[in-house]
This record gives sequence, C-alpha cells and structure tokens, in this order.
Amino acid sequence: MWPLIKLLPQRTHYHFVAFARLAATLSIIAVIATVIGFFYPGLNLGIDFKGGTVLELNTGAKAVDLGKVRTALTELNIGDVQVQTFGQPNDAIVRFQTPKGANPAQVVTQVKTAVSQALGTVTYARTDVVGPEVSSELKFSGAAALLIAIGLMLLYIWFRFELQFGLGAVVALFHDVTLSFGLILLLRLEFSLNLIAALLTIIGYSMNDTVVVFDRLRENRRKFKRMPLRELIDLSVNETLSRTVITGLTALLALSGLAIFGGESLRPLSIVLLFGIVIGTYSSIYVASPIILLWGVKADDEVAKPIGPQPARP
Amino acid sequence: MLALSRWKVILVVASALFGLIFTLPNLVPVGSLPSWAPQQRLNLGLDLQGGSYLLYEVDTVALRKERLTNLTEDVRSKLHGEQIDFTGLAVVGDAIDVRISDPTKVDAAFKILNGALGERLLTGGRDVSLQTRPDQHISVTFVAQAANSAATDAVTRSIEIIRKRIDALGTKEPIITQQGTNRIRVEAPGESDPEKLKAVIGKTAKLTFQMVDVDAAPEDVAAGRIPPDDELLPSDDGFAPAYVVKKRSVVTGEMLTSASGSHDENNAPAVGFSFNAVGTQRFAQVTTQNVGKPFAIVLDKRVISAPRINGAITGGSGIITGRFTEESAHDLALLLKTGALPAPLNVVEQHTVGAELGADAVKAGALSIIIGAALIFLFIMLAYGLFGVFAAIALVVNGLMIVGAMSLTQATLTLPGIAGMILTLAVAVDANVLIYERMRDEVRAGRPAMSAADAGFTRALTTIIDANVTTLVAAVIMFQFGSGPVKGFAWTLFIGVITSVFTAVLITQVLVGWWFRAFRSKTLPII
Repeated sequence: MWPLIKLLPQRTHYHFVAFARLAATLSIIAVIATVIGFFYPGLNLGIDFKGGTVLELNTGAKAVDLGKVRTALTELNIGDVQVQTFGQPNDAIVRFQTPKGANPAQVVTQVKTAVSQALGTVTYARTDVVGPEVSSELKFSGAAALLIAIGLMLLYIWFRFELQFGLGAVVALFHDVTLSFGLILLLRLEFSLNLIAALLTIIGYSMNDTVVVFDRLRENRRKFKRMPLRELIDLSVNETLSRTVITGLTALLALSGLAIFGGESLRPLSIVLLFGIVIGTYSSIYVASPIILLWGVKADDEVAKPIGPQPARP
Repeated sequence: MLALSRWKVILVVASALFGLIFTLPNLVPVGSLPSWAPQQRLNLGLDLQGGSYLLYEVDTVALRKERLTNLTEDVRSKLHGEQIDFTGLAVVGDAIDVRISDPTKVDAAFKILNGALGERLLTGGRDVSLQTRPDQHISVTFVAQAANSAATDAVTRSIEIIRKRIDALGTKEPIITQQGTNRIRVEAPGESDPEKLKAVIGKTAKLTFQMVDVDAAPEDVAAGRIPPDDELLPSDDGFAPAYVVKKRSVVTGEMLTSASGSHDENNAPAVGFSFNAVGTQRFAQVTTQNVGKPFAIVLDKRVISAPRINGAITGGSGIITGRFTEESAHDLALLLKTGALPAPLNVVEQHTVGAELGADAVKAGALSIIIGAALIFLFIMLAYGLFGVFAAIALVVNGLMIVGAMSLTQATLTLPGIAGMILTLAVAVDANVLIYERMRDEVRAGRPAMSAADAGFTRALTTIIDANVTTLVAAVIMFQFGSGPVKGFAWTLFIGVITSVFTAVLITQVLVGWWFRAFRSKTLPII
C-alpha cells in the first residue's frame, strides 16, 4: 500500500484528445461569458485601481453605530460614503472617493474627526488612500505586467521549442487569465494589486505545467517519428499524468491552508491562486496541446502517414 | 552519476549550514546570540509590523506660481533700486510682464534685469530668459529645463526637511526616498499616528511677517477690490475672519535662527523665536517706523495673529501668540526650526496598518505556512515513502535557505510574500515529483534501479529548468511593475524558486546516493 504512488496505474491510456472538442466548447463559452462579464457587471475595482479611501476602524467594547457614522459623514458632503461592519460588530469599514479637486489627506483627516465625534474613541486598524494619478498608473502598470509576462512566455517557448508550441502556450495563458478574471467577476472579488500578483503567478504556474507536457511531447516526437501527432499528445499527457496530479494536489494542499487560515486580506489572493492551479492544469491538457494539433497538423502529417516500405523522412 | 562527488556533499552541507545560521536570529530572542553570529532578522513589511507608507508629490503648479511670484518681487526691487519707473508689473500666464514708463530706459532696464534675475544653471546660462516686446514691454520667463531642475531641487530639499521633522518627532527608523522625478516616499514603521505624521510632514510652514494694510477701505475689500500690492488672507486669530495685508513680507521664516515652545505674559502657549542679523535689522527698522500699526504673522497664507507694534523691537527675538495649545505651539516651533518646504507636498498615496492588525497578519501567515508545510510533508511522504522523506528533508533545508537569504539580504517580507513562500514550497516539491516520475519511467523502460535513479536526475533537469524559468520570469516582471507588497511577493518567489531548484535537485540526489550506498537496493521504493 505505502507509498501511495504504487496505487497509481503504471501506464494510463486515456484519450484526452477525444474530448478536446467538448473541452474547447466549454472553454469558449466560459471565455465569452467572462468577456460579457467585463462589460456587465464589470470588475469590482479596489482603491488600488479606482482611487479613493478605505478606513478600517474599531470601537473597542461597544458596537459601531452605523447610522450615526453615516449621518456624520453625510454632513461632510464628500459624496457617496459606504459604511459597513465586518467580522465583529465593533469593526467597521468606511469607503469613499475623494471629491474632485480635494486634497485626499485633508478629507481623510476630516472624516476621522467626524467619525471620532460621532463614536467617541476609535482606533484605526488600517488607512488606505490612493490618489487618482497613482491609481491610473497602477492600472497601466498592472495591465502592462500581464501583457509583458504573456509576451515573454511566448518568446521563451518559441526559443526553447517551436513557434506553434509557443502559440499553444500563449493561447492557454490567455485562457487561464481570462477564466481567472471570470472567477473574480463571478465571486465579485475586489480587484486589487494582490490579484495582479495572483494572475502573474497563475501565468507562471500554467506555463510550468504546459512546459512539462511540451517537454515530453518533444521527446516523444523524436522517439516515435511515425506516430500521428494526435496519439503523441495523448501519450505525452498520459506519461506526465501522475506528475500533473501529484504536483497539482501538493499546490492545492499548500494553498488551502492559506485560504482557510491566511486571514481576510489574503483570501481573494488564495482563492484565485487555487482556481488558477486547477485551470492551469486543465489548459495544459485541453488548450495548449490541441492548439498544436490544429496548427501543426500539416507539418507532421507527412511523418505520420505510412508511405510505402521506406521510413518517411520529413 | 549518483556517485557522490565530494563537492556535492560539501555544497549540501554548506547550504544547510548557511540556512541554519542565517535563520537562527529569527528563532531565538534578540541579543541571545554571540556577537560574531549573524543578528539580522526577517525585515517585515509595514503590512506585517504596522506603520505608515506615505507617497507625496511636489505640487509643481504651486512651485511654479511661487517662483513666478518671487521673480516678480525681484523685478520690482531691481527696477526700484535703479530708479526706473514702470507700470503693470504682473504675472501673465507663464511669464512676467512689465512696461517701462520711459522709452529711453527700456534698454537699460533690459540690461539690468538680464544680468541680475534668476540663478545660474548647472548646464550654463541662467534659468530665466528675457524678451523685449512692442510698446516698452519686457517679459521674463523661466527656461524649460529650469522647471525640471526646480522640481528635482525641491524634492531633494524637501527630503532633507522631512527627515529633520520626522527625526524630531522621534519616529523610529523612517525611510525617506525619492521616487521618480517629483515624488517622495516616506515609510515609518511602528505604532505612529499617521495623522500626526501627515500634519508634520505636509505643512509647508512658510512663515512671513506682513504689514496689515490699514488704509484699505472695508467696502472695497467686501466688493473684492483689493489694492494691487495687497492680498486678502484668511485668519485663525479669532478676531477677524480675514486681513488685508501688504504682499511684500517684512521678514520671513528663513531669517529665523531658533524657535521653541514658550508662553506669553498670560501664560498662554506661544512660540518663541529669534532672528539672524538680517532679520533683526529688518524687523527693528520696520517696528521703529510703524509704531502703533498692526502687522500679521502669516503661516502658509493664513494669519495666526495680528499684533499691534507697541514699540521698536531691536533685540531680534520675540514670541508669536495665537490660539495655540501646548502641543500645537510645540509643533509649530518644530516646523519653524526645520524650515519651510520649498513647495507644498500633496499626499497621493497612503497605506497605514495598525501594529495589532500587523501582528494578527503575522500570526495568520505563520499558521498558514505551518499548516501548508505540514500538509505537503504528509502528502509527499505518503505518496513517495522513503523518497518522500528525502524530498521533505530537502524542503526543510529549502525553507531555512529562503528565510536565511531573506534575512541576509534584508529583503522585505510582506503579507503576499508569505503566500509566495507557501507557493514556493509547492514548486519545490514539483521538482522532486518530476525527478521521481522520471525514475519510474526509466524503470518501466527496463533500466536497473540505480541507473534509472541516475537517469531520473539528469533527464528531469532540463524540464525542471524550463518549468522554473517561467516562474522566474513572472517574478521578475512582478518585481519590476509591482509596488510595495507585490514586490515583496515577487522577491520571495524569486529567492524561493532558485533555492528550491537547488535543494530539490542536489539534496535529494545526495540522500538517494547515500541510500543506495548503504542498502545496495536492487529496486526503487517508488515503483
């Protein structure tokens, strides 16, 4: 029984490629749904990208009187202010946008004074202020980071493998990033810098997974020159299957600890990472490889077709 | 080959020792290690130890306005000095325009102004340029490169002043750095009140003494007609909402040599000050000439108080009264002592985390790491048996190396960085999984155990490197584009990927080698 690895079948012969059409359909539907989601309801941007202020306050022993806070802040006339409790009744979170032209630091001071007048002694666990220039810079650099990451991955795979491998990998990356956005939209997670870090990590992980399959594919192509690409892909995915399963499970186990015990502020990050690992594994098998099949089918058909008694040379 | 070359063993032992020695300071109480041992602990980010991150931007618009105003005053005094009459001296857009009354003196005025205005640039030439215009007009503008150098200069001087101010507050180890061309980043760890910090840093603290214009008719002022040499300043003195004062300042904060918290004759809090020689002389002259008239003490374009001059003040020192508390008098003295900022600073970003919240985050992060690591250990040992134990040992060394390297380089560990560490552990296991699965493949292909194990290490290596370069690329990009906490995540991931490839490949190789040598096994325990 032990080690458990003995339980995994020595050789698997799943016909992964046979389900490629179904998988592609599902993926396309999910991608379209995400694209629609971008427009409606749209991303729930955090202050990193939208600008504004978030205050987390604690009132000690007594519960926060939300009504009092709202009244006090409405009198300040700084536009829409959201006040809500979270976790405990004595913890509250206040969010607002800095009015145009106002000095964000002064507005925060005003709000803190008003809240103190309404509630008495208040301690602030967190104060986050992001001005409009900074948020638009962060938005730009976040988008640039994602695109540059994907671009560099394409170059690396192109350099290490072949162009169609690189394209397969990049389509898979777009797929993974898009669907991760889909999850963010679905769960209405607040889109922050941390999630950009999560997406970049997913790009790294998904590539990692794809590279392992590609590596085996390249090796098997040299080994079995006459095998059709379709079968080569199935063979390579099957051969690397146990690794895919074990590594994926390890990563999921490691991150589940973070998702459960890592606290409120890391939860969105860990949820997106967990999802990304699943989707990254899926895309290596069902997105990256079939793309090569679509793209590279001509170049390899000649190799695959048995033409006469002599071994084919491409 | 699985043959254990000496350098491999030495490298493994050295790396384990490195990790242990540099991790140790984090595990024992401060000061309990001998002085020759490394003392550096993990450098926790502000989100973990609590503190304030403030990003300021120099207000370049205000800076330009300020420089134009000063230049206007220079033009006025230079022309007065040479007794050249003029009219219509004013700022028009980005330029200063003046009309010389006597057409024969235009050339003389141009010559005088051209030599005396502005400052010399490092690149040669002066930072202002003059042009004569039709109808006896002369216009003065700043040259383009002067604007940039003024902003850079303002940032450099502001950093100095901010440092003095924060030091005077007693905040521990603030980090103040320039970011980009016109931004200043202040990171103050520890339990400091961010509002107090902002009040001290963000105040320009430009102090001027200006004569109150008692001749300005109240009805003109009410109608918004302010005499051209005057300005209307709001007041905090509690007597009048605003005062009409002469634009020209008698003395400025730059002429102060000292300032301190003090008390007036009624024992109310006040700020005592003394002037340097120039200030003493100017103040003496003005107070002698204007006995009985009020002057305004102005801080950042707001009147603090407007006392009446009871007699000539020739000693060069005095007190500023106003509606002060002990604390605000003390703060103002501090600001006056450290000098005025060259331009207003605006907060463009602030992140403050309370120390308690930070401590909670550390606890949650540590718990997540322990649970994540425990689950990985358990799983890998269940999955691969003895070889799983080897992988787990490599993982422990990996953990030590990461913490050791982070402590040694004093890289900042942030909350997302903890997530990076956990992910790194999973990536480290992946390298071992790739090696072990490769061994299994080789056995299946008919190789004997020892040779299969050897091939597992060599053949998996390209895959491991290919797979990890991608994560490294992602980490480098995050480091380049990310800010604050994300940079911490990237750095942790970067260090982690490098150490994990090293430990997963080399340490397990040595352990597997020892095992073969000790047990002469003909089979692998993972088949």
